[in-house]
Amino acid sequence: MARRNESLDAIKTRRNNTLNALVSSVPYIRWLGIGFDRRGDELTAVLPFDEKLIGNPMLPAIHGGVTAAFLEVTAIVELTWTAIWEDMEQGRIAPDAAVPESLPRLPKTIDFTVDYLRSGLPRDAYARARVVRSGRRYASVHVEAWQDQRQKLFAQATGHFLMPQDG
Amino acid sequence: MSEPLPEDELEQRRRIARQFIEVIPHARALGMRLDQLSPEGAEISLPWREDLVGDPRSGVIHGGVISALMDTCSGAAVMAHPAGARSTATIDLRIDYMRAATPGQTIRARANCYHITRSVAFVRAWAMDDDESRPVASATGAFTVER
Repeated sequence: MARRNESLDAIKTRRNNTLNALVSSVPYIRWLGIGFDRRGDELTAVLPFDEKLIGNPMLPAIHGGVTAAFLEVTAIVELTWTAIWEDMEQGRIAPDAAVPESLPRLPKTIDFTVDYLRSGLPRDAYARARVVRSGRRYASVHVEAWQDQRQKLFAQATGHFLMPQDG
Repeated sequence: MSEPLPEDELEQRRRIARQFIEVIPHARALGMRLDQLSPEGAEISLPWREDLVGDPRSGVIHGGVISALMDTCSGAAVMAHPAGARSTATIDLRIDYMRAATPGQTIRARANCYHITRSVAFVRAWAMDDDESRPVASATGAFTVER
């Protein structure tokens, strides 16, 4: 945990820099335009709507593959964020997008199952992931995504991941 | 078994399905190419691109790109099925990632709609890079059948 007497600015800068480094170092996250809101350790992924995300131009609706990708990105970032939190807080790591070796190793997706509950509307989408179980080697993560109303999910997913092994 | 379709109707169906893929903005944005479409299934390829990388350390393409490719290919297989869906949407899709796709290589997806009812289509799909003997990923999905 952060030291009691550490300045609020220093704490926020450290956490924001770490999250930014993690997110901005992945080209595909930038290509999709996904950003992350942070409240303490809680992350909310935000996918701003864009024409290139459309899968069905007649409705129109967001592509099912975009929905899957958005949920998978959310799961991977949450899992990594949770895994590095302690090291980050203790100052043992300080990831920098410009220095590849400083970046945390990412978990590998073993499988990912998406449940499409309603069609994705042409507006911004949000998602939050919950690490259901994280062991030394394997992790199970659940993700929920919504648009206008938090209670009306448009998709949810469960994925299994292989955690990065150090050394 | 239903009667075999006349040749022109089959051709028309192929054209509709082909257009269905080509007008999908996301499929175009990712650079997908429809290589084959027949009642037996669909094949779509996607060349490697730097901005689609998911792991900056290795240059391996992101799993989400494979998902989009598998989803599109599966949808195309549903549309090309002789049962004649007018439109389709994904109900659920499970992807197994067997290995990392080799950086720099085109990924090819192949999907087959192996069973279809009045309302639901069941699809299996595979994704390969240059080494076709070792698939990169496989997918199982259920899709709606709009009539």
